[in-house]
Amino acid sequence: MIGRHKHCIALADYSREELLEVLDLAVSMKEVLQRPIKKVPSLRGKTVVNLFFEASTRTRSSFEIAAKILSADALNWTSSSSSVTKGETLVDTARNLEAMRPDVLVIRHAAGGAPKLVADHVACSVVSAGDGAHEHPSQGLLDCFTLREKLGTLEGKTIAIVGDISHSRVARSDLFAMTKLGAKVRFCGPPTMIPAGAETLGATVHYGLREAVEGADAVVMLRIQHERIGDPLIPNTREYSKLWGLNQKKAAEWLKPGCVILHPGPINRGVELAPEVADGPRSVILDQVQNGVAVRMAILYLLAGGSPPDGAAAAAKA
Amino acid sequence: MSDVLFIEGGRVIDPASGTDGVRTVVVRDGKIAEVAERVERPRDARAVDARGRWVTPGFLDLHVHLREPGQEYKETVATGTRAAVAGGFTAVCAMPNTNPVNDDTAVTELVLARAAAAGLARVYPVGAISKGSKGEELAEYGELKAAGCVALSDDGKPVMSASLMRRALEYAKAFGLPLTVHEEDLHLVGKGVMHEGAAATRLGLKGIPAAAEEVMILRDLALLELTGGRLHVAHLSTAGGVRAVRDAKRRGLRVTAEVTPHHLALTDEDVAASGYSTDFKMNPPLRSAEDVRAVREALADGTIDAIATDHAPHSPVEKDVEYDAAANGIVGLETAFPVCLALARQGVLSEKRLVEALTVGPARAFGLPGGALARGAAADVAILDPAAEWVLDPARLHSKGKNTPWKGRRLAGRCSMTIVGGRIVHEEGRAER
Repeated sequence: MIGRHKHCIALADYSREELLEVLDLAVSMKEVLQRPIKKVPSLRGKTVVNLFFEASTRTRSSFEIAAKILSADALNWTSSSSSVTKGETLVDTARNLEAMRPDVLVIRHAAGGAPKLVADHVACSVVSAGDGAHEHPSQGLLDCFTLREKLGTLEGKTIAIVGDISHSRVARSDLFAMTKLGAKVRFCGPPTMIPAGAETLGATVHYGLREAVEGADAVVMLRIQHERIGDPLIPNTREYSKLWGLNQKKAAEWLKPGCVILHPGPINRGVELAPEVADGPRSVILDQVQNGVAVRMAILYLLAGGSPPDGAAAAAKA
Repeated sequence: MSDVLFIEGGRVIDPASGTDGVRTVVVRDGKIAEVAERVERPRDARAVDARGRWVTPGFLDLHVHLREPGQEYKETVATGTRAAVAGGFTAVCAMPNTNPVNDDTAVTELVLARAAAAGLARVYPVGAISKGSKGEELAEYGELKAAGCVALSDDGKPVMSASLMRRALEYAKAFGLPLTVHEEDLHLVGKGVMHEGAAATRLGLKGIPAAAEEVMILRDLALLELTGGRLHVAHLSTAGGVRAVRDAKRRGLRVTAEVTPHHLALTDEDVAASGYSTDFKMNPPLRSAEDVRAVREALADGTIDAIATDHAPHSPVEKDVEYDAAANGIVGLETAFPVCLALARQGVLSEKRLVEALTVGPARAFGLPGGALARGAAADVAILDPAAEWVLDPARLHSKGKNTPWKGRRLAGRCSMTIVGGRIVHEEGRAER
C-alpha cells in the first residue's frame, strides 16, 4: 500500500504525504543501486508482470530492473506477443494474467483509464506505466525525486513544462505531484498544444518560451511526437524548434543559474533540445533515468508488500 | 376483463388542457370517455385507485434505439417497448440506425409488425435521411412516409454534406416530415470521446468541443431559412446551440428541439467522478455545468420542446472496454421520469412543464397523435407514483441494455401503471406477462 492506495495509477489522487512516502523510500532504494552487488531479497517470491500495450524501452526496462533488484520475478508481456491481436479484450487479458497470481501488474496502454479498468477487474496491485494522455505516475515521481535531489526541495520552486501539454501524460503527473509538493508550475507551448482548462488544474499558461523559463528553477522539455506535425497542431519542426526548442544561446541568456533541465526521453535532438543543451551541465536527464529505477523499486516494494531491504528498513517505516 | 377503467383519486396533470388537480378519468372502449371532478362509477368499470399518484397522458419519446433489425442482442422491439411502458412511455420513435438502416419500407414494415406483435407501446418508425445513412443520396421519403415513418434522421451520424442537407430539407417538405438531426461536425470531433474541458484534460481523454455541435446547428438553421423546411434538433446539449435555436424560433423558423434527461442532470465532471465508467460515455458527451444550466433554462422556457431519452442499449461487449473504445449511449426509458422529477424537485422546471415536455411537447414537435387526455382520444395514460423510492438494480431493468449511469443509485418516482389504447400494458409489482 502507498498510504491509502493499493494501486499507483493517478498522482491526482495522491496526497502530499503519500507522494513523500514513495520519494523518501526511493532515497534508500537509490543507495541499493550504488552497491557492488545490486540485489536485495525484499520481494523474493513475488511476481511483477509488465503488461505493455504500447512500445516502450526505457520504462519497461526500468520496471524490470527495479523488480529484479528487489528479487521479484519479472515477466514481460507485450502487445505484439499477446492475444490482443487475436481480439481479446483488455479485461480478458488482465483476468488471464491475474489467474497466474502476480503480485503487481504494471500496465502501459494507449487509452486513458485503461489501468483503472484493469484494476477494477483484478485482485493484485496495478501500477500505471503511462495511459494515453492521462498520467505517467512513476515518471512524475521520478521527476520530483530528481528535483528534490538537485534543488533540495520543491517547496517554493518554479517549474516550467514545455511542449505538447495536451498529449502529455508526463505533464499531468508532473503538475499534480509538483504542485502538491509546493512548487509552482508553468505550462508552455504553442496554443494548439495547451489543453482546455489548463489553468483550472493549477498551472499558469505561457505561449512564449522566454517568459516561461525565465526565473524558473527547472525546465521540463517534452518530446514532440512526430505524428502531431500536420495534425495540424504545428506547421513543422523547424518553426517549433525555433520558437519552443531550447538551444545553447537561449539557455545561457534566459535560464537562471542553477536551473536544471529535465526530459522524460527519448529526446528528439535538435527539435525540443539542442544536443549541447541535452548533454550540457544543466541537463539531469541521465539522473532521471537512474532515479527512475529507485522510484520504481519504492513503488513495487510498497505495493507488493515485501520485507525491507537492509538499510532501507528505517525509511520503509517512515 | 371489463372494457371500462375508472381511474379515481389521482392528480390529473394534462398540460394540453391546462388541467392540474384531482380528477377521475374514465376510459371506455380504448378511448378517454371523461375527465371530471365528479363522475358516477359505471357498474361494469374496473376501478384503479390512483390516490397519491399522478395521472398524465402517456409519455412520448422522440428518440429511441430499438436495435431491431440487426442488433437483437442489444435490444428488440419487444424488450424496448417493454422498457418503454415500464417507464410510462406509451409511444416511442424508433431511430433508423439499425442493420440494415431503415431507409427502405421493408425495414419500416418489419419494425411495425414487431411492435404490433409485442402489443406494448406504440412505435413510430423514423426513416433515414440518406440511403444507408451514408450522407450521399436521398432516401425515398414518399415511400417511407406511406409505410409509416413519422420523421427522418441519420441519427448517430451528422449529415456532413451541406448540399445534401439542403435538398433533404426541401424534399421532405412535400411530405410534411421533420428532419431530426444529430448535430456534430466530424472534423471538429476528431477522435474526441468526451466534452472538451478541464475534466477531459485531467483524465487525458480527447475532447469534443461544444463548437462541434454549435457550428452544425448554425449551418442547419441557415439551411432551414433557405428552404422553409422543418428541423428538429436531437439531443441538444450546448449553450451555443440553445442560443441558436432560441434565436431561430424568435425569427419564426420551424425548428423544434429535444434534450435528454442525462444532459439535464449530469456534467463532464461526472465522467471524472465515475473513474472512466463507460456508462457515462454518450454522444453528444456530457457537457459543462454552464451548458447544463443553459439546456435546463431552455427546457423551462420552452426553447426546448421535448425531453427525449436517446435510449441506446448496448451489451457488455461494447461497454466493458477502454473508455476510448466503448460505444456511445445509455439506456433511458426506465429512468427518465425519476431523473426529471428530481430536476422538478430542485426547481429547475415546474411539474406541469415536466409533464408537458414528456407528452404534448414531443407530440406537437413531430405532429403525432396523443400527448393529451382529450375526450375521444386514444386512452394512452401513465399513472405515476412520485413518492416511490427505489434503488436501480440493472438486472431488474426490462431493457436488455444495462448501461446506465444511475446503476445502484436511489431514485424517487416510478411508473405504477401504463395504459395504451385503454389496455393496461404495465402494472408495477405485477408478475410479468
